[in-house]
Amino acid sequence: MTPVRILPAMLLCLLPVCVLAETAEEKALAIAVEADSRDSGFVDYTNDTQMILRNKQGQESTRLIRSKTLEVDGDGDKSLTIFDEPNDVKGTALLSFTHKEGPDDQWLYLPALKRVKRIASDNKSGPFMGSEFAYEDITSQEVEKYTYRYLRDDSFDGMDVFVFERYPIDEKSGYTRQIIWMDKEHYKERKIEYYDRKDTLLKTLLFTDYHQYQDRFWRAHVMYMENHQTGKSTRLLQSEFKYGTGLNERDFDKNSLKRAR
Amino acid sequence: MKTLLIAVIGLLPLANSQAGEWRGYVELEGTAFFEDPAFAEQSNSDLSIAAEPEYIQEWNDGDDIFTFKAFGRIDQRDNNRTHGDLRELSWIHAADDWEVLAGVGKVFWGVTEAVHLVDIINQTDLVESFDGEEKLGQPMIDLSLIRDWGVVDLFVLPWFRERTFPSEDGRPRFAIPIDTDDPLYESSAEQHHVDFAARWSNSIGEWDIGLSYFYGTSREPRFVILPSAIDPVAGTVSETNPLYEIINQASIDLQAIYGSWLWKLEAYTRGGQGDRFTAAAGGFEYTFVGVRESAIDVGVIAEYLYDGRDDEIGSTTIAAGTPFSTSPFQNDLVLGTRITLNDMQSTELLVVGIIDLEGNGQTFSMEASRRIGNDWIVALEGNAFSNVPENTSLVSFKKDSNIRVKLTRYF
Repeated sequence: MTPVRILPAMLLCLLPVCVLAETAEEKALAIAVEADSRDSGFVDYTNDTQMILRNKQGQESTRLIRSKTLEVDGDGDKSLTIFDEPNDVKGTALLSFTHKEGPDDQWLYLPALKRVKRIASDNKSGPFMGSEFAYEDITSQEVEKYTYRYLRDDSFDGMDVFVFERYPIDEKSGYTRQIIWMDKEHYKERKIEYYDRKDTLLKTLLFTDYHQYQDRFWRAHVMYMENHQTGKSTRLLQSEFKYGTGLNERDFDKNSLKRAR
Repeated sequence: MKTLLIAVIGLLPLANSQAGEWRGYVELEGTAFFEDPAFAEQSNSDLSIAAEPEYIQEWNDGDDIFTFKAFGRIDQRDNNRTHGDLRELSWIHAADDWEVLAGVGKVFWGVTEAVHLVDIINQTDLVESFDGEEKLGQPMIDLSLIRDWGVVDLFVLPWFRERTFPSEDGRPRFAIPIDTDDPLYESSAEQHHVDFAARWSNSIGEWDIGLSYFYGTSREPRFVILPSAIDPVAGTVSETNPLYEIINQASIDLQAIYGSWLWKLEAYTRGGQGDRFTAAAGGFEYTFVGVRESAIDVGVIAEYLYDGRDDEIGSTTIAAGTPFSTSPFQNDLVLGTRITLNDMQSTELLVVGIIDLEGNGQTFSMEASRRIGNDWIVALEGNAFSNVPENTSLVSFKKDSNIRVKLTRYF
């Protein structure tokens, strides 16, 4: 998030007339911009993720991944994700360059073949590792990827929250809209409802166990995604957040992808 | 080469190393053939077990990596398939704008599905899989220079690995048994010939581009029938010997991504095996994401294969002492589909047909796999050969349509 882009939103708030005239779209956009701004400036971090997939019959399967993320000035984040479990995909790695505009770039490294495969960028609505999280749910959530509309003030779990909708700009998205419950104190998501292409409620995501890092950045350690149409769910547990680890562009090139273990 | 390996091992006991890690798999495989074999030595079924343990140790925050990977197989029928190989024994060091890999390693170049034309660094472990996707470990030094305008890889390859071929008991195998004990070399240095390769690669927007050059011993041999292998009375040929010639090969691999389209091209020009010739493969893979609002992806693959060489193995005009090549895909169309269920068990299916446009038969392959529990994968593979005429190299396999089950435990 560059200061240049925050500026118009700030100017808007300085003028009482404009505030009075602020539409639901402008209000929700301003919230999204503020949330993004509060989450900017982390430079880089690494973390571990455990995903527990559960089907309708209650059978569970576990995924373990390690991630490195680098903030990019003026564009979306770069990330390198290494799979540790299940054992058959151990060492498989995913390199993602998210972009504020246009499709993201993704390359998958298959260690058995030593092959780097480019992934079709339209594949954003597909499940990530068989979980209830789609690729588009877990990649960097850039402000520019949606349009917004404010719904109401509300309370959620004892917190004052903004409730607003966002609409994916990319027509390849699996959603018509998402409804976000965001707390007013830290501007963090507490709940998201995902509506499929027929505008039927598909999934609900709950964020809990937020921890603060670097005295600034709030990260949910538990994310629970429930699919209402299939009865399946995925519990995503994040841990070992480390900030300022000194990562640079070189840790996010195709050579680093081939070096992932 | 020995010096290289000792140097690699010598680097191991470094003080600040993190704990190493073992991973790998053990696999049980069973194959059944639909027809009686073409050759008396062959059987209608085969059982086999294989293992591939790997040890990895990283230090300096992953800027240094030691890798050891061994492979071994015991096969019920084919002595040549009962084999072991050092797949990797390497040290990788990464610096700001360069990287080096020293030791035994594996490198893959290429983009297409049905054939891997430009992939030349490692020798094919053909007894492992007839699609040529399994490779032998290659001793090498690979220096990568990482620049804004792309990555330059410079390879020194100090030892040549001979291609593995099925024995007379193996199935499928070529009609003329291949004498792997006595390969012929153009260079008097034989396996000691030092080969070189250079590659520039870059990603520019939607494009991934690679330009490569190789000078050294051809990984793909031609074959020679020695006069001693011909029975003058019966006119039969008892065996043929692989001939490894010195080649120079320039190649390009290109991939472009536009939405759900992946466009692919691989091509090379090779000198040193008779007349200079060209081979190329190109096409696309289009993916229908989330078919009918499900999680299932369906990919459609279409590629065209060209090879400037003649397919001479089926020809009756091979003269004793004259090298000949085996290249069945001179003018072929590849059609296939990849179905990915994206489920908890990672269920996948790939079906590919290669259709010879000159009427010289079709080959079909199928690969399906699914995870069972957390650590097991069950895979089903099938190969079929149909309408294969007598004058092509595929004729050796015309009775070898088969189905194979693999049960793999990963750790």
